[in-house]
Amino acid sequence: MKIVMAIIKPFKLEEVRDALTGIGVHGLTVTEVKGYGRQKGHTEIYRGAEYAVNFLPKIKIEVAVDSAQVKKVIDAITGAAKTGQIGDGKIFVYPIEHAVRIRTGETDADAL
Amino acid sequence: MTSKIWLRAGLPALLAALVAAEPAFAAPTINKGDTAWMMTATVLVLVMTIPGLALFYGGLVRSKNMLSTLLQVFYTVCIVLLIWVIYGYSLTFTGGGDFIGGFSKAFLAGIMPDTPGGTFSVGVAIPEGVFVMFQMTFAAITAALILGSVAERTKFSAIALFMPLWITFIYFPIAHMVWYWAGPDAIDAAAKAVAAAVDVAAKAKAQAALDEVLADGGYLFKAGAIDFAGGSVVHINSGIAGLVGCLIVGKRIGYGKEQMAPHSLVMTMIGACLLWFGWFGFNAGSNLEAAGSAVVAFLNTFIATAACAMSWMFIEWIVKGKPTVLGAVSGAVAGLVAVTPASGFAGPMGSLVLGLVAGAVCFFFVTTIKNAFGYDDALDVFGVHCIGGIVGALGTGILVNPALGGTGVFDYVANKVGDYDLIAQMTAQFKDVIITLLWSGIGSAILWKLVDMLVGLRPSPEREREGLDITDHGERAYS
Repeated sequence: MKIVMAIIKPFKLEEVRDALTGIGVHGLTVTEVKGYGRQKGHTEIYRGAEYAVNFLPKIKIEVAVDSAQVKKVIDAITGAAKTGQIGDGKIFVYPIEHAVRIRTGETDADAL
Repeated sequence: MTSKIWLRAGLPALLAALVAAEPAFAAPTINKGDTAWMMTATVLVLVMTIPGLALFYGGLVRSKNMLSTLLQVFYTVCIVLLIWVIYGYSLTFTGGGDFIGGFSKAFLAGIMPDTPGGTFSVGVAIPEGVFVMFQMTFAAITAALILGSVAERTKFSAIALFMPLWITFIYFPIAHMVWYWAGPDAIDAAAKAVAAAVDVAAKAKAQAALDEVLADGGYLFKAGAIDFAGGSVVHINSGIAGLVGCLIVGKRIGYGKEQMAPHSLVMTMIGACLLWFGWFGFNAGSNLEAAGSAVVAFLNTFIATAACAMSWMFIEWIVKGKPTVLGAVSGAVAGLVAVTPASGFAGPMGSLVLGLVAGAVCFFFVTTIKNAFGYDDALDVFGVHCIGGIVGALGTGILVNPALGGTGVFDYVANKVGDYDLIAQMTAQFKDVIITLLWSGIGSAILWKLVDMLVGLRPSPEREREGLDITDHGERAYS
């Protein structure tokens, strides 16, 4: 079992969700986050006072899937979230030690 | 701009002289239409301050100081209203001196439901009570405007003490100097008495009585300064008080280094639009009658505001690369400020030019001069109100010229519009600007220092960082 975590542009969320639903992923956690990478920030000007905004709003999604599905999930996210512009985001994959479905008590693969 | 009632109540000697000279001193009639308009205008001016100015300022501060900004404005309105009815109205709008009035109308003594108050037309009156309320809202907004300069870093206790002092020692004298006069009915009656006098002795006596009526006015009023709705009284006055305030209070912690972006330009937009809405009461209400000249002021309040908003926005677009919401609404406010003294005197096209000029000048002060000197006038009270007020006060002196579409200045003795004299009018306008700057600048500096000594102006650095909403008021604007 793996968690596929992706940082994407906020306006790409719906396309990514559709792509993941299309390959049979039925659960997704979304968090509004801020950060910076190569895109850096932008400048805001209020009555002549300039502020450099270093942290840009992004969306973080987390999907827990069976290890065999990881490649498909990554392809789906990449395909949907890509604009080709700087700031498209990144994907990280890391292992899950244990999973439990709270309602039934099912564990690991059955809980996903 | 006041009633002639004091003639009966306050100055019996003058009354006796008048009665001797002119027995047929007909009481003016109270007009119901004018009364209805003035009650409406009064609440419009209240809306300018709460919620208009409160939201305009509130949106510009960081979210941790939102409630502190709102309460400082709300407190100022309430405390000034109370002081106004206790002794403020009396000190401002009774005779007694060139610089300040007396206490004859303290606690609104002698002001009954049917007591007539003068307008700008002979024989036309509104109840004095509505004039009391209308002017009350002016005192309130003037004091509240100052708060923008020292926002986000001044203790509530300091504001609570400063406002009663400021309104008493700065606002009442300046309003008295600019706006107090004996009124059209008293001047008209005395002038008619001079004309009616048959022999030399009677003429001399009547002339002496007229001179006495003409001498009964504020210093700047008598100097010939014209300020329709408060360019100097409201805007230069509060703007310079704010500037010395921000210099004495000092910069906000982190000013120039940390993010101090406005927390909600949506609220600022709503507040600015409420200011514009209420300003129709402010400017057109200053006519005191629902007449054609009120319509002129109304029209000018549309034109100068839109012109100044566009002026600011397009200059910003060209110079800084983007047109902004804050730029457009700041321009609108600057236009409202600039047209305030001119609203009843300038013609519509004069107001258009005034708005365009004010936009450029205020933009330059807010974006360039402030940064060059590095003072932390947090919400630009100086750059918009003081500078806009100066542009308006001086512009009024030019635009009142009938040759430029202005109304001219009415001469109540001659009973016609007086001849326009550029040099004389501009001299009076400069005097108005300079005396307001000096009186308010020096006087406010003394009061800020005094408050600092008595209760302290600044919160501790930890409390300032935490935000005044929590540390002064124990509340949070957004949860």
